[in-house]
Amino acid sequence: MTTQTKETPPSGESLRAPLPTELLHRDDAFTPPPALTATAERSPITRSTLPGGDPFWLVTGYEEGRALLADLRFSADRFQYHPRFKELPEELREQLRNDKARAGSFINMDPPDHTRYRKLLTGQFTLRRMRQLTARIEEIVTERIDAMLAGGNTADLVSEFAIPVPTLVMCELLGVRYSDREEFQRSTASLLRMDLPVKEALANVEAQREFMQRLVADKRDNPSDDMISGLIHHAGADPALTEDELINIANLLLIAGHETTANMLGLGTFALLRHPEQLAALRADPSRMGDAVEELLRYLSIVHTGIFRFAREDVELGGERLPAGSTVVVSLVAANRDGQHWPTPELLDVGRPRAPHLAFGHGVHQCLGQQLARVEMTVAYGELLRRLPNLRLAVPPEEIPLRNDMLTYGVYSLPVTWDAP
Amino acid sequence: MRVHADPDACIGSGLCALRLPEVFDQSEEDGTVVLLRAEPGPDQQAGVVQAVDTCPARALWVETTGA
Repeated sequence: MTTQTKETPPSGESLRAPLPTELLHRDDAFTPPPALTATAERSPITRSTLPGGDPFWLVTGYEEGRALLADLRFSADRFQYHPRFKELPEELREQLRNDKARAGSFINMDPPDHTRYRKLLTGQFTLRRMRQLTARIEEIVTERIDAMLAGGNTADLVSEFAIPVPTLVMCELLGVRYSDREEFQRSTASLLRMDLPVKEALANVEAQREFMQRLVADKRDNPSDDMISGLIHHAGADPALTEDELINIANLLLIAGHETTANMLGLGTFALLRHPEQLAALRADPSRMGDAVEELLRYLSIVHTGIFRFAREDVELGGERLPAGSTVVVSLVAANRDGQHWPTPELLDVGRPRAPHLAFGHGVHQCLGQQLARVEMTVAYGELLRRLPNLRLAVPPEEIPLRNDMLTYGVYSLPVTWDAP
Repeated sequence: MRVHADPDACIGSGLCALRLPEVFDQSEEDGTVVLLRAEPGPDQQAGVVQAVDTCPARALWVETTGA
């Protein structure tokens, strides 16, 4: 396939949505997009067309998606394969995928390159390490709830709780100074918008990069027990990580650890408030919170744009022959609601027996921070229910604005109220 | 039943240690799987099978021995 330069969009144009919008847009907060459900009901693997006009295969079956994410014949290297890059102006394309931009960006790498970076980080994210952080996470959660209580008996749960909690936890992990935390929050929030003009999106990327560059320099001079300092001086890193690698890894951890959990907290609370019997079950028995977190992860599957993979060679998939370079998207939303795999998948059931889901992905790229996310959610939901009596929505549910247009799904705001103590 | 683990394949998700901490742990150094008990007791075997199935990196497998 050839690309003609005249088709290249001007750099003033917005970045295209990664998937056709009918596969992302919901009318009801907790019902997957009807077009996605209809596709999934027809077949677990469907050939379709990306917004840029390129073909792709959409995987909606749980078994099929899980198998594909563990299949090393598929690459995660979007820099090399993603058809979107060929639409971009040459200068922009170069800026997005030059060596500097790619250094250490292990989410887009395949083994063995990926393995090196992943293993430098996994020791920092063990279940034990994350549980050791529980006390600090409890403090952060307690401070935010204290602030909400001090402000009366209403709040926007997103801006006053769901965003600050994971942001402050990431600041803690990365060792961001208190004085820099506001800037940090502002710049990270802009990074995941899909509706920005290309130029603005690039300026945001650059600003974020500069922030991390300063942070890395600071940690070189003033090492502490945070993750960046740990990576700078990691004994297993031979050769030592470069400046560009450290900056990109720090950025990746930040984005992955901040926006995702924030949306799970906001949307998860919304889901519980819309399912009062589930909420009551949790209030009655807080020990069920671990199961509830897994069920909310499955039910909400906030990475609603799915996971992109690219065939490294000709591959047989779902009875079709995919030529090398083909784009495949695993829909986590569809897979986690696959009726062939889950009994009554459309129901939120916090008592559902725990079973592996795909909310954190699968295969070698499965979420590095999943144990951190579990601790944050368990503490945050638990304390919200415990400390805000009769927590409820302050507006009709249909007025809650949905993040249909963002890379991670969630709610933009969640006005809530509770009984004054 | 005998459990096998391949720390080279392991990506340190911690799911096995979350599922069955009596049998699986994670190394302090790089978070990869550490087997605490290669021959799980009868009450642990169902959990081991689940852990093997859940592993995202196919780093675990079991060998069934005798009846």
